[in-house]
Amino acid sequence: MAETKKTFIDSTWDFLCSLKLAIILVLLLALTSIIGTIILQNGSAADYIREYGQSNYELFKKLQFIDMYHSSWFIGILGLFSVNLICCSIKNFPRVWRFVKQPTLVASSGVFKGSANRAEFSCKETKHQAAEQISELLKKEFAKPVLTEKDDKLYLFAQKGIYSRFGAYITHLSILIIMAGAVIGNVWGYKAFVNIAEGTSTNQVRPRNGTQPIDLGFTVRCDDFDVSYYENSNRPKDYNSDLVILEDGKEIVHKRIEVNDPLTYKGIKFYQSSYGSAGNPFFKVKITENKTGKVIERKAHQGKHIQLPGGYAFAVTNFTTSDRNFGPAMQLHVNTPDGEHGAPFIVWQNHPQMDVKRGGVFSFALLGHDQPYYTGLQVAKDPGVNIVWAGCFLIVFGSLTAFFFSHKRIWVCLEDNGKKTKVLLAGNAHRNQPGFSLAFDDLQQQIEDATKNTSQKKEG
Amino acid sequence: MDSGQLFNLTTIAYFAAMVLFFAFIATKNNTVALTATLSSLAGFVIQTVALGMRWYESYQILGVDGRAPLTNLYESVVFFAWSILLIYLLMDWKYKQRTIGAFVLPIALFSMLWAQMSLHSSIDPLVPALQSNWLTYHVITCFLGYAGFAFAFGVSIMYLMKIGKEEKHQGDAPMKGILGLFPPTRVLDDMNYKAIMIGFPLLTLGIVTGAAWAYYAWGTYWSWDPKETWSLIVWFLYAAFLHARFTRGWVGRRAAWLSIIGFAATVFCYLGVNLVLSGLHSYGSG
Ligand code: HEM
Repeated sequence: MAETKKTFIDSTWDFLCSLKLAIILVLLLALTSIIGTIILQNGSAADYIREYGQSNYELFKKLQFIDMYHSSWFIGILGLFSVNLICCSIKNFPRVWRFVKQPTLVASSGVFKGSANRAEFSCKETKHQAAEQISELLKKEFAKPVLTEKDDKLYLFAQKGIYSRFGAYITHLSILIIMAGAVIGNVWGYKAFVNIAEGTSTNQVRPRNGTQPIDLGFTVRCDDFDVSYYENSNRPKDYNSDLVILEDGKEIVHKRIEVNDPLTYKGIKFYQSSYGSAGNPFFKVKITENKTGKVIERKAHQGKHIQLPGGYAFAVTNFTTSDRNFGPAMQLHVNTPDGEHGAPFIVWQNHPQMDVKRGGVFSFALLGHDQPYYTGLQVAKDPGVNIVWAGCFLIVFGSLTAFFFSHKRIWVCLEDNGKKTKVLLAGNAHRNQPGFSLAFDDLQQQIEDATKNTSQKKEG
Repeated sequence: MDSGQLFNLTTIAYFAAMVLFFAFIATKNNTVALTATLSSLAGFVIQTVALGMRWYESYQILGVDGRAPLTNLYESVVFFAWSILLIYLLMDWKYKQRTIGAFVLPIALFSMLWAQMSLHSSIDPLVPALQSNWLTYHVITCFLGYAGFAFAFGVSIMYLMKIGKEEKHQGDAPMKGILGLFPPTRVLDDMNYKAIMIGFPLLTLGIVTGAAWAYYAWGTYWSWDPKETWSLIVWFLYAAFLHARFTRGWVGRRAAWLSIIGFAATVFCYLGVNLVLSGLHSYGSG
């Protein structure tokens, strides 16, 4: 049998190295990724049942469509894809490495006959003189050549941009680096959130997928929260929190965080992500006893009764930041000493004199109100993120190198031909051949001119 | 003159250029072709000024909160048209193939018309998450990448129109008729590849800058939301295109089809995700 049968291992290896598998896997990844953009991810059972019905929900659960980007089959495709990438690189890399380690210093006659870019002419110098001139020119116009003498012929070899051969490998390596960074982040990191009311602190956060709170190992306190709005609108312009990190009761870090500008401590990042009101607003109320003119000030929480002189009490029952065109207003009532609720009335912050006209025992003025907030923080620990960024840098660098630079080589052979010297020229580029052809023609012209010029000089 | 009026002029210039390119194909008159190219160049220059003007206007309207005009659907569609013209003019300069304008300019014109007729063009303040330089880099790189793919799409259509006739065409005489005016199919195939070679690293950079933005805004560089996922799908498709070229067979027709599918996915990523699917991205509100 002339043909030896491939062993199972060989054919498996070939399969894992093949570009065909790579294309299939890449297209498969593209195709299956669509599923997760159509079917809601990580929703509750009720969401799916409402949308698709019970039986489809069961099916989705079985096919792991509910969290498909973390499903065993999707991870499996990614795994096979990485193996494919690794095997393919292992197989092809030595070929590229040979360009570096064993450049073709002496080109075969096949190169001079078969190259897309080639030329042949003769000149009157000896081959050593010509070699020197051509070397000089190549060094100036292209790259410094290497001279080799073999079988009574002189060979020159010059190359440029050999690193571009590595562009594809850098790109591939960077994909693996990014995936490794992502895995590290998923295994050793977490994503969590925490709400901290102004003035309070916490040392635990709630993971997004899990119930067990995570101990930070230090304390975070929110001293203040602010939200500002664009003029005449309720679009938030900025919101930010004054955060303090405490360890053993000592304040270690202060930072005012805002959206797009997180606080980092011990590899854990705190992102401003949301906010909300922590409890009811409270009001600064100025109360004047109409008979005596005595003035007192009270802080009132909505719905809470506040004692007044003479056994009276009052409570703020409602509040709005804009009552039609009159600005902030509160509704309140006064209780008589025997506990009877009086009729509710309204006090406008911008019109403090109005309530005097009402003519009760007390007149009220609203000095201001304040809303206690909590700040909503995303908390993320991702020990793999710098690896991911390194990979991202490399992938951009690698693909640019692969696409926009090419490995260009030029060979020259000089051979005695009677009294003259025969010059053979060949060149190739592994990419952008048309561009290289123009450059080659130009170089060829210069080489011919250089050798002819000196020949003429000597003749003359 | 304000930026809105300049954008109107831009649209008129692109419309004129498109009509002239069609006229060139019908008449084969080189003067018409030159006028068409000059018209698209004029439109591009006006649009560049208009973008600068809108940037300046944002400072007049929003004070210190002014920003580059790259933050909502209207602005991104307009920037897409500008990117297409940039890539087109560079390719025209390099290859001097005038007929291509007839297949690429309609995409830019359509974008401008759509933006101006049905998108919300006012300069509004930004919600905090969008106040990031990463957003600017993200939009610039993504849309330049998309423009590369749009160009590749245009020449792929031309390729498919021409190749069938060319294969049936006998003899050495150049082809007659409109298709004879098209660049040779080998050139079209090469341009398809070149444009994708420009688009692919830009899209890569666009995905990376988008990830960086998400990381600083939300704490995760990748969350598999539909927009992100679709940009990855597009990226995978063009990666497949590049690798398929190695295993011969996948140049020419198949490459043209893959480029068309890739551009369809790009458009879906850009618009379909917002209009059809739901996501975190702000452009949806348009
Ligand atoms: C989506 C993932 C991938 C990306 C972004 C990518 C990127 C690239 C780039 C930019 C090039 C250079 C292209 C050119 O010279 O035109 C390349 C070449 C190549 N890729 Fe990939 N690649 C990916 C996946 C793979 C996989 C899984 C394989 C595994 C078989 C593979 C095998 C190759 C080979 C054999 C080359 C040619 C290398 C050479 O010129 O020596 N690629 N790749």
